[in-house]
Amino acid sequence: MRRVMPPLVLLAAATGVWELVVRAAHVPDYLFPAPSAVASAFGADAGLLGNATLVTVREVVLGFLLSVLLGLTIAVLVHLSSALRQALLPLLVLSQAVPTVVLAPVLAIVLGYGIAPKLVVVAIVCFFPIVVNAADGLQSVDTELVRMMRTLHGSRFAIFRRVEFPAALPAIFSGLRIAATYAAVGAVFGEWAGSSSGLGFVMLQAQPALATGRIFAAVLILSAIGLALYALVTVSEHLLVPWKQEVPHA
Amino acid sequence: MQTVAEVTDARSPIAGAGVVLDRVTRMLGGKRVLDGVGLHVRLRERVGIVGRSGAGKSTLLSLVAGLDETDDGTVSVGGQTAAEARLAQCALMPQRDCLLPWRTALDNACLALVNDGLPREEARRRTEPLFDRLGLAGAERLRPAQLSVGMRQRVAFLRTLLAGKEVLLLDEPFGALDAITRGELQEWLATALDTEPRTLLLVTHDIEEALLLCDRVLVLDGGRIVSELDVRLPRDGRTRRELVTSAAFVALRELTLEALG
Repeated sequence: MRRVMPPLVLLAAATGVWELVVRAAHVPDYLFPAPSAVASAFGADAGLLGNATLVTVREVVLGFLLSVLLGLTIAVLVHLSSALRQALLPLLVLSQAVPTVVLAPVLAIVLGYGIAPKLVVVAIVCFFPIVVNAADGLQSVDTELVRMMRTLHGSRFAIFRRVEFPAALPAIFSGLRIAATYAAVGAVFGEWAGSSSGLGFVMLQAQPALATGRIFAAVLILSAIGLALYALVTVSEHLLVPWKQEVPHA
Repeated sequence: MQTVAEVTDARSPIAGAGVVLDRVTRMLGGKRVLDGVGLHVRLRERVGIVGRSGAGKSTLLSLVAGLDETDDGTVSVGGQTAAEARLAQCALMPQRDCLLPWRTALDNACLALVNDGLPREEARRRTEPLFDRLGLAGAERLRPAQLSVGMRQRVAFLRTLLAGKEVLLLDEPFGALDAITRGELQEWLATALDTEPRTLLLVTHDIEEALLLCDRVLVLDGGRIVSELDVRLPRDGRTRRELVTSAAFVALRELTLEALG
């Protein structure tokens, strides 16, 4: 609790200053809405925002799961085959020079206006940190542990399952945490490229209507989605990597 | 009382011919770490190897275990020279305990059984009774980080024993321990080896430890065996303390120290 308080106090203070400045300077709501105006947008557009949130959450969660599946599979393959590692890893790094989110319009053409292109954009954005961290984690396993496993009749698969994979879990979760913060961005870009629902779509529609309060509300919800996913990953790590948090022997 | 041999079904191949090193040379980073080493450890013999740090002791154990290959000369265990065959007959306890932090003490100890395809519950059921014998009762469900150094070493040792191999290779098994715990574990190991006889190669820089536990002690220096001592101490029924202070022991220690230069 003591760690949460200082940033919360600062945030509340900043919100207060924002409200005061906007009111004192008589800034119109469509230019820069005060926190109170954003709050009333939440109330007025509750149904619209609620439905859009459900759509976007679905895209974020499914896209994230897709990227985890894809990322871990590729990391494991790259780990098991050094030929594949040498061929694929440089390409993966190079691929990061491509501003992947701008591929969203192309994906909309190829995959249509349904959920599929959004999932692909989310996966493209999230996949890289997952692969790199997981591959690194698998690669940097203590070689002495592997030698020990070999003297205990450990097959290649046993070494992977009982030593390399658990040892790589903390690194894998670092990758997942980074990816979790990217996922919402991916979903919004996917929606901007072509959609008829979701928070990104709501923002696009609100812009010409100068409903700036609604846009801010959507941004806040998107931040909350990112935060929630991050929290979910952290909780999973606590459950799946319990040996990292245990109190050492005195 | 249940023995380790029963737990592991004693299905390890018989290292009948013991361990034989013939003019073994190993180069590491341009340096001759082992330089024409010849050695014959008979079945069920206990041989200690002492020497300074960097004398090539750990390299020698890795070679015997089948984790490393010679540059010249041959290593054979039970008459077989292939690395895989050596791996199948030797259990190596490395200097560090190398326990897996994510497994409980019990699951670490029964790792070899699980690797052999035994169901996890069955492996645990067979291993559990041995925890009492090693003074590890109550530690079964704790992870390595929650164990004392002495307990970790004992779990590592049990794990090595449960691999069910004929040849035990111990690399400074008690190096990380304080003097009192080390003494206790040495005594315990001596008893354990009497009830579970194995062929033993013990690497250490503790001369007392080698003399206490072994039938024969070799001094390794600069990659060569420079001296060899027969240890014929009347061990029966004598405590560690009585042994260490006996005239024969003191004389042997002097001889070994002299050989070490």
